[in-house]
Amino acid sequence: MFGSKTRRRLLSIAHYVAIAAYVVAALFPLFWLLKVSVTPNSLLYSEGVRLWPSSITWDHYNSVIHHTDFPLFFVNSTIVSGVTAALTTLFAAGAGYAFSRFVFRGKVWLVGLMLVTQMFPLVMVIAPIFKLFAPLGLTNSLTGLIVIYTAYNIPFAAFLMQSFFDGIPRELEEAAMIDGATRLGAVRQIVLPLTLPGIAATLGFTFTAAWSELLFALMLNSKQEATTFPVGLLTFVSKFSVDFGQMMAAGVLALLPVCVFFFLIQRHLVTGLTAGAVKG
Amino acid sequence: MTAITIEGVTKNFGPVHVLKGIDLAIEPGEFVVLIGPSGCGKSTLLRMIAGLDDLTAGNIYIGGRRVNDLAPKDRDIAMVFQSYALYPHMTVKDNMSFSLKLKRTPSEAIGRAVGNAANLLGLNALIGRKPRELSGGQRQRVAMGRAIVRKPKAFLFDEPLSNLDARLREQMRFEIRKLHRDLGATSVYVTHDQIEAMTMADRIVAMNGGIVQQVGSPLDLYDNPANLFVAGFIGAPAMNVLAADCAQSGAGTELRIGASKLVTVDRTLDVARVSLGIRPERVRLASADDGVPAEVVLVEPTGLATVAHVTVGGQLLNLFTTERPRITAGETVYIRVAPEDVRLFDPETGARI
Ligand SMILES: Nc1ncnc2c1ncn2[C@@H]1O[C@H](COP(=O)(O)OP(=O)(O)O)[C@@H](O)[C@H]1O
Ligand SMILES: [Mg+2]
Repeated sequence: MFGSKTRRRLLSIAHYVAIAAYVVAALFPLFWLLKVSVTPNSLLYSEGVRLWPSSITWDHYNSVIHHTDFPLFFVNSTIVSGVTAALTTLFAAGAGYAFSRFVFRGKVWLVGLMLVTQMFPLVMVIAPIFKLFAPLGLTNSLTGLIVIYTAYNIPFAAFLMQSFFDGIPRELEEAAMIDGATRLGAVRQIVLPLTLPGIAATLGFTFTAAWSELLFALMLNSKQEATTFPVGLLTFVSKFSVDFGQMMAAGVLALLPVCVFFFLIQRHLVTGLTAGAVKG
Repeated sequence: MTAITIEGVTKNFGPVHVLKGIDLAIEPGEFVVLIGPSGCGKSTLLRMIAGLDDLTAGNIYIGGRRVNDLAPKDRDIAMVFQSYALYPHMTVKDNMSFSLKLKRTPSEAIGRAVGNAANLLGLNALIGRKPRELSGGQRQRVAMGRAIVRKPKAFLFDEPLSNLDARLREQMRFEIRKLHRDLGATSVYVTHDQIEAMTMADRIVAMNGGIVQQVGSPLDLYDNPANLFVAGFIGAPAMNVLAADCAQSGAGTELRIGASKLVTVDRTLDVARVSLGIRPERVRLASADDGVPAEVVLVEPTGLATVAHVTVGGQLLNLFTTERPRITAGETVYIRVAPEDVRLFDPETGARI
């Protein structure tokens, strides 16, 4: 009974409603995080459930920054995540390029092996990793975390990069090689600029993964100076109470670097994720 | 000295034998067209000349130098790809100057070379655009421009026109020929379009199944195809091929299609059946007393000429004439074939006899 024009309009409205519902649902916890972080302790339990407290305070932020070790955890996490993202992307780009462009013996096995590493839960490998790392001095150190995060993220990142390289026609490199470039030169001048979205996506993915990793950080490092931010959050949970205000304030602070990072790469990321999606 | 020599070249991709021993000598300044159906190994051969694929066996020489182990960049050849392969993040100008920059050519010289090429190809107004802002035909020109600024030893073209519409293809055919005449560089041009091969080539190399079937000038291949493959591939509408029975008749042989005596050739044949090839334009309309009867199935007037599909002894045959005969489907006409226009092939092997 509807004209096709009305129908299309209704469909597009439905689209927007669905997207809006999703965005609200996804962002609500973040809003709550923000809300609790500015709620004075005295109002936290006394006001019932409200969308916004009747008065707000920056006390929680103040004490997190000045009276806890959070600034240190923050720096630790930034170092670990930044170096992990850089190293993983570097190795993954190399591996992804090889998977995409070269035929070599054992390729199928290598890919299979990398998939296997992603199959079982991390908990299973913690004990052996600890055993390996302790004599090497890699426990209680940021280097240890960087090593394990990099190793663990490379397989997925490599497949991600491969799908980006697969999306760049081989003929572009061949044309460059005929034009007088070496293979490496062709990669640097032709492939690299075209795969920036892929690199941004891979960097973003690994950075967030490392930033929020808890299990290894908790099990391998117990000293304060090698503690990362997710472990630090747990210190607000004591035997008798949870300091929600400070915990949430720390959480908001922890979001900042990720936001800044994604802001920097987002221009590349949008095309990147869709390009990856199309290739599967 | 030849410009490019291909000597016993074979190529296997794993168990697949794509090229089975190719020999070819290309003279300096020659425009050679490789033609064959899709999948016959034309691109593979071209890519091996360019150095993009390794040889399984054999040798390739460019300018007298063996290049089997030479990297593409050191072969001094230019290639135009079917997909054009323009660098998407570079402007037209940067695309065209890429190779010269790699050679550390001084920037005035680059500017001059790019300017000349742009003039020649009518790209002046587009010099600052990115490839995605160009039409198919314009991209094709940029790809040509990128090849010619280098002044290479040889040009390789891999079906460069197959993504263009018919009219543009016709125009580019003409322009590529003109460029070749002006620059005089050795060119190897791959296509599966026999019109391109006929109109552009100094010499055609017809390939099928990884083997060279025939090498010769366009009219050579048209008039004297070495086998049924070439006969069927070159020329449109294609050569008629009929199954004919042979009957000794004096010093000659009478060739019969079913019950009709089509033509008597002036030679003895020691076989019972042959494949008889005759070009459609060599099939003439005749009168009842000097022709054989043929049933008209379909008449296709194109303005320039008329193609009539007729059957003789149950076999389909095309007739091409620039006169405008008044014939209609269903009617019976009489056709005549001259003995010198007939080409005979072995029905088993397809080879010319
Ligand atoms: N890299 C490759 N691996 C395996 N087979 C290939 C490869 N490249 C081409 N082939 C095969 O070789 C044959 C010839 O291909 P190609 O030279 O591209 O044919 P053409 O250009 O004449 O259409 C095809 O059957 C194709 O499937
Ligand atoms: Mg091809």
